[in-house]
Amino acid sequence: MMRNVLPILTVVAVLLGVWLLAVVPMNIHLAADQAQRDGVAVVPDTPAARQEVGAVALAVRNPDVMASTYTLERPALPGPQQVVGELWRTTVAVRPSSKQSLIYHGWVTLSATLLGFAIGTTLGIVLAVGIVFSRTMDLSVMPWAIASQTIPILALAPMIIVIMGSLGIQGLLPKAIISAYLSFFPVVVGMVKGLRSPDAMQLDLLRTYHASPLQGLWKLRFPASLPYLFASLKIGISAALVGAIVGELPTGARAGFGARMLVGDQYGQPLVTWAALFAAAITAAVLVGIFAMLERWSARRMGAAA
Amino acid sequence: MMAAIAAVMLVWGVGWAMNIGLARGGHPSAGWAAPLVFGLTLLVMWEVGVRLGDVSPIILPAPSAIAARFAGSLPILWADFQQTILKGALTGYVIGAVAAFAVAILVDRSAFLTRGVLPVGAFMAALPIVGTAPIFVKWLGSDWPSKAAVVAVMVFFPILVNTVAGLRDTTAMQRDLMRTYGAGYWPGLLKLRLPAALPFMFNGLKIATTLALIGAIVAEFFGSPTVGMGFRISTSVGQLALDLVWAEIVVAALAGSGFYGLVALIERRLTFWHPSIRQ
Repeated sequence: MMRNVLPILTVVAVLLGVWLLAVVPMNIHLAADQAQRDGVAVVPDTPAARQEVGAVALAVRNPDVMASTYTLERPALPGPQQVVGELWRTTVAVRPSSKQSLIYHGWVTLSATLLGFAIGTTLGIVLAVGIVFSRTMDLSVMPWAIASQTIPILALAPMIIVIMGSLGIQGLLPKAIISAYLSFFPVVVGMVKGLRSPDAMQLDLLRTYHASPLQGLWKLRFPASLPYLFASLKIGISAALVGAIVGELPTGARAGFGARMLVGDQYGQPLVTWAALFAAAITAAVLVGIFAMLERWSARRMGAAA
Repeated sequence: MMAAIAAVMLVWGVGWAMNIGLARGGHPSAGWAAPLVFGLTLLVMWEVGVRLGDVSPIILPAPSAIAARFAGSLPILWADFQQTILKGALTGYVIGAVAAFAVAILVDRSAFLTRGVLPVGAFMAALPIVGTAPIFVKWLGSDWPSKAAVVAVMVFFPILVNTVAGLRDTTAMQRDLMRTYGAGYWPGLLKLRLPAALPFMFNGLKIATTLALIGAIVAEFFGSPTVGMGFRISTSVGQLALDLVWAEIVVAALAGSGFYGLVALIERRLTFWHPSIRQ
């Protein structure tokens, strides 16, 4: 683990460096327009003429303007420090109950994600147990569960929101249902594989102990399926988060990460969009990280080599 | 209403009884017949329930209504398919895959970088990248190039991680054999490590097919010209033309499984030597 820290930091530093370098050419035309409005001499001196000039050439001919590409109010590509600043302003500097607070919006999205994820995971595990014990269910349902992985079922999201809205159900539940069905299928497929992972020798041993199928499930199949379960949970939780975010788009929801992205997009506030995007990414990373920790903890408890 | 529920239960009972029979019979045809019967049972339940239960078509249209709409709207569906799948998803998929292969081969030359790229790439693959859609729409306009860009970024990380992992999947014995043949970097890459990496690469490519469709469709929710599957889904939902929405979802399902099937087919042809495919 430790020997990977330096390589990881290097890769992250390279990505940050590319981002920092890209800010100048992405913003230089906007920065030049702004500088001219502020009374600074810019070459060439009309916006139309500047459009003819490439971004790098324009930056080279106006070295004084370059620094201001990092501080524009409405940049095409904000600098990393601007995104961090906006994240800080909207999480720490405002009250969590404020409509500006990303903690408030994050909780709106996160609560739908977690509720849907819990529903989808529970149903997925139940169905997987059914599939393992019933050959009829295995034959009828399993091919569809596998096929669902190749289909963009996220496209159903707008319809779920609108149908449930016309039935008078709004807010948390429609988004949770989208999250639920997105996390459901990976859990089914992973758990079926996991519950079947004990080999014939182990199943035979239980039979010689005269163990009932229920004891076999509880004492052998469930523990054996844990690595598969955690792999599915990590896929499921990030799918559930994407589902909740996309569920906020079609009805023009007022709250949530998806709503913040739309607001920033429609009102020309790129920093709002970028901050919401990074907050969503951080949320996803924390959720996946929690499951990765649980995975390692359960592996240790079960005696895997550390 | 009671009649509708009773009829739906009856259809379910008949379908399930057929599948129990198929499963007990143990005939090899049960492998494809049982899922088919199950799917048809659900469709008939849906149709019967909607008809007898008088369900409003703005909540759930019957499968027959969806089929009729599908057949009647072929030009619209074809135009949307071209815009979203052929232009947005496929272009982005190819760009993302080529970029991922190139970066993977460059990174693979350094063991140091490989150790950094694998965890960072796996981390990035778990992030909700589809949220970058509004940013790309702002940069590249609302037509298909912005969708292709979102798709390219989405498919890049899973393919990169799998390719980098695959390129490392040779044994010391195999690499030593290449060295005794006097093979340099390029013959070793082309004749040993790339073929050995193919099963991993196709794993990434198959995961990426679904991501590509999701990216192309969802990115259209953030702004699009007046054509495309995501555009059609979001506007038809607003007009309560749910039969057209379902028709688009049928197209998305067909395109998704077709795309995946195509990649799986190419995989079978190229990795015929792999134990999982060899007969």
